[in-house]
Parts: sequence; C-alpha cells; structure tokens
Amino acid sequence: MSGNAEMEILVEDVWKSYDGGRIEVLKGVTLQVEKGGVVALCGSSGCGKSTLLNVISGLEDVDRGLVRVAGRDVVDEATRIELLRHRIGYVFQMHHLMPDLTLAENCMVPVIAAGGKRAEGLARLRELAEITGVAHRLDQRVRELSGGERQRGALCRALMNDPEILLCDEPTGALDESNREKVFDLLLDLVRSRGRTLVLATHDPELAGRCDRTLRMRDGRMVESMG
Amino acid sequence: MSLWRMVFTNLHRHRVRTAIGAAGIALGVATMLSVVGLLGGAVKMFERILQSDSEMVVFEKNVSDLFFSNVPVEVAEELEKQPFVKEARPVLFTIITAPERPVVTCFGIEIADPRLGKGEWLGGSAADFIDGKDVVVLGERAADFLNAKAGGTIELGQGTYQVAGVVRLENGFENGGVFMPLGTCQHAFHKEGVSSVITVALAKGHEASEVKDWMAEHHKRLTALENEEFSRSYSQFKIMKTTAWVVGGCAFLLGGLSVTNTMILSVFGRIKELAIARVCGFSRGQVARMIFGESLLVSAIGTALGWALSTAGLYALRAVPQLQGYIEPRIGWMEVAGALSLAVVTALAGALYPAWYAANLKPAEALRFE
Repeated sequence: MSGNAEMEILVEDVWKSYDGGRIEVLKGVTLQVEKGGVVALCGSSGCGKSTLLNVISGLEDVDRGLVRVAGRDVVDEATRIELLRHRIGYVFQMHHLMPDLTLAENCMVPVIAAGGKRAEGLARLRELAEITGVAHRLDQRVRELSGGERQRGALCRALMNDPEILLCDEPTGALDESNREKVFDLLLDLVRSRGRTLVLATHDPELAGRCDRTLRMRDGRMVESMG
Repeated sequence: MSLWRMVFTNLHRHRVRTAIGAAGIALGVATMLSVVGLLGGAVKMFERILQSDSEMVVFEKNVSDLFFSNVPVEVAEELEKQPFVKEARPVLFTIITAPERPVVTCFGIEIADPRLGKGEWLGGSAADFIDGKDVVVLGERAADFLNAKAGGTIELGQGTYQVAGVVRLENGFENGGVFMPLGTCQHAFHKEGVSSVITVALAKGHEASEVKDWMAEHHKRLTALENEEFSRSYSQFKIMKTTAWVVGGCAFLLGGLSVTNTMILSVFGRIKELAIARVCGFSRGQVARMIFGESLLVSAIGTALGWALSTAGLYALRAVPQLQGYIEPRIGWMEVAGALSLAVVTALAGALYPAWYAANLKPAEALRFE
C-alpha cells in the first residue's frame, strides 16, 4: 500500500449489500482520491453513489474491503466520529437543517459535537457566512429561508470544523437553475481556494465536467474514469 | 449554542408534548409530597401531643400501638421523686363513641396537666374540671361536631358527662378530642390505676440516660425513650411514613411512564435530525446525553410544578373549616430532596430506552427514513 500512502481517500474492493446480502449495492468498488482532488461520481439513481459516500464517511459499514480516509482505516466508531468531527464535511441533496433552530444554531452543531469553543465557532461562522452569502440570515429560523439559502447554510455547516474532505451528495439537486450555478460555483471556489478534497455525487454531467476527474458508476461498479 | 441549548430548544419546539410529560411528573410529585406532607403533618401533631412540655415518653415495651400500652400511674409518682425528673404526667389515650360519631379521641389527663391551659377557653372554666366527677372539656372542633356547649351535657360511651369547658387548641387531634380527668377516664374505660404513657420533663442539668437506667432497673416491662428516639422507632409512625413514600413512589412511577412516552415520541419524531447530528460528529454518548438531558429538564419542570401544586393544595385544604387543625402542611427539605431524587431517577429510567434507541440509530438508514 506504500503507493497509496498519500491518498486522502482510498477505497479498495469494497462490497456492500442490504437485506442480508440479497441487494448488492457496491460490488468491488475501488477509488483513490488524492489530497486536494476534486472528483465527480456520476451514474443513474440507485447505482451506488450515495452508498459509496456513506461508506467513505463511515456512516455505513462495508461487508468487505478497505476504506481508508486521511490515513486512517475506517473500522471503528471512534475513527468514524473523529473523521466526521474534524476531517469530513457532508452536504446532502436536501439541506437537512433543523427547521426550528436558527441558521447560526444549525451551523454550531458540528462545533458542539467536536467540543469546540463557542467564541471560535462563532468567529468561523461569521467568516463562512460572509463567503457563502448568508451572513444576513444567520438569526433566521431555517423555515424562513429560501431553498438556495438553506443549501448555502448546509455548506456553511459542513465547513464549520474546517474539514479536509467535503462529501457532497447531489448538493444542488433540489435547487433551481440560478441557485444551482451559484451554489456550485461557491462550492468549487471554497474547495479549490483552500486545497480541500471534494467527492461529489451528481447526475448532472455539466457539473461533473467542471471537476478534475469524473468517475462513472453503474450497478454498484466503477465503470469509467475520465480526466 | 451548547448541548443544553439544543436540549431546551428541542423541548420548546414541542411545547404540548413537553407539557404533557411535565404534567405527568408534576402529578406524581404533587401526589407524593401531598401524601408525605399530610401524613408527616399528622405524625408531627401526634408527636406534639406526647411532647407537651416534656423530653421523654415512658410506655409499655413492645406494644404495637400506644392505645394498648398500660403504664401504672404510680410510676409517675415514683419518677417525680427522682432528682433527675422535674415532672412526670400520665396520659391515657382512648377512643370513645358519641351519638352519630363512632370514633372520638379521648385524652385522660391530670387536672394539673398544662395542655388545656395553653388553649383559648371559649366557654366554661378549668375550675369545673374536677377529677372523679363526670366532666369533660371539649376541643373546639369536638364541641362543634358533637353539638355541645360549655355547661351542657353530652353522651359519651355509656355515660353522660357535664361539659366543663370548650377550648380552642392549636393541635388538630387535641382540638377534635375530648379531655377527661384521668380518674374519670380510667373508671369509664375500666383502666383503673393505669395510663397509656407518662410524659417526663427532665430536671435541669440531668440526662435522659438517667431516666432510662432507672426504668431499666425498676420497671423492666416499661421503656423510656427520648421524644426524637420515640418518633423514629414507634411502629405506627414508621408504617405511616412508609405508606406515604410507597404511595408517592407509585404515583411517581406513573409519572415516569409519561416521561418515557414523551421521550419515545420525541425521538421517533426527529429521527432524521438525530441522524444529522451524528453526521455532524455527535457521538452515541452525546446523543444519549441530549435525550437524558431533555428527560431531566422535563422532570425538573414537573418537579417544580408538582411542588407548587402540592404546597398550594395543602394550604387550600388547611383553609377548609372542617379540616382546620388536622392538616399541617409539612413539606420539609427532606421531602423535597426525596421527590427530587425520585424525579432524577424517573427521568433517567424513563429516558433509558429512548436514549438507547437514539444513540444506536444508523445515520444512513435514518436519513432514508420517511
């Protein structure tokens, strides 16, 4: 594995199934993403993109195979927690913000989880909110925000603990065209300007085309790599 | 934003659910404190009857109830001759029947017993309270429900008695009781020469142990206890106090079920949110702490409400004219601490399953949950 030592994300021959093995979702998937790499995972619904992201973040166990993130094997709860607190930020198609909390309170959840200092968290929140354009909406409850604002808020939350890796599952899938462009531009800008690693699951070939590399999945297998 | 702020926000946004959970605990706390307060007050009142100007009580060993205790009156005379005793007063407790009142507490006391002097004489005179004569002094409440007045007569048990006076007494049991001269009472109940207890006031500078030693040496069938010692060991008090805590505890259990229900609903109502918290880096322990925190907060609110409810309820009961003197709200720090401890245990036990469920949610599955 010495050749893969510098890889930020290493997935090797990973198998994942549900329902006692009757539904196979990942069938021997292998993926390598170098530090600072911007990679798009493409493929139709149900091909295994989301499951692969979940496996990388440790949200789902694998049946067999190796998953190594930031140099650590994702094998136990402690590693998963450490990765999700400090190394990985996750953005979903649906914002998944807590509707009764303000945007600021939502963004502080990862800081609470990591036991971070409130003052430092708030300073970082103000900085990120300025960059993502939601600074004026921080004290609003999520239900009062537009779709674009919610998704930018979700991006803000994912970056709160300054993770090295950003996993995005159709992050613009629920947005209209105008917001989709803005949010994606913002995402790429943030990732590239800070040298972060991005793995993006998307249906959209246009968005995928703006990434450094595009990997195509079909029926639980990695079938094509471009770029 | 802290974990506690999240806890508070979670409860605040489901106010009705939170209120129902807190109400369950509040009713449990209120029931418990009311029962404990009422019975504790009753015990305290009975203790005060025994402790009137005295530090010790002498009674027959191993009796289940003081009504069955027989202490020769001569023992009081012997005790009064001892240098360590200032005063020894025999008191005979009995139950007597009156027309339409099958149970009336009757106190057989010496004429010189100071307890009647402490009350406010509403009619009659202490001078008419003469030993050997068929006379009684009535507490104000007793006079009221027996429809008797000073100077009139009253039927009690097998006899007819002259009402020598009516006295307003602070203690509910005494105020609702009948006082007979000791000799008259002994004769009426065929207990010549005996009393139920002897209350003993110590001479200045002397110790209770001197009375105990003397009693052990001269009257092995009897025992002498300090008032506090007596209150701790008297089986009737123990039964009453235990009953109060058991009844209260059962009420609490019901309250605990309401907390469990509230917390289960709370967890099932926000499975996706809990999953997101996990995605944001919450550990299983943090999720569990959040759920336990919510449960503790619900219980704390319920305990405060229950305390207020029981205090208000007991004071309201005390204001009812028919109950005056019988209700002595007595919710001390021990009772509150007991209720609070039970609330904490209830909160933790009630949140056990919801917290376990929430902590063990698989985030990826939970995010797919509809």
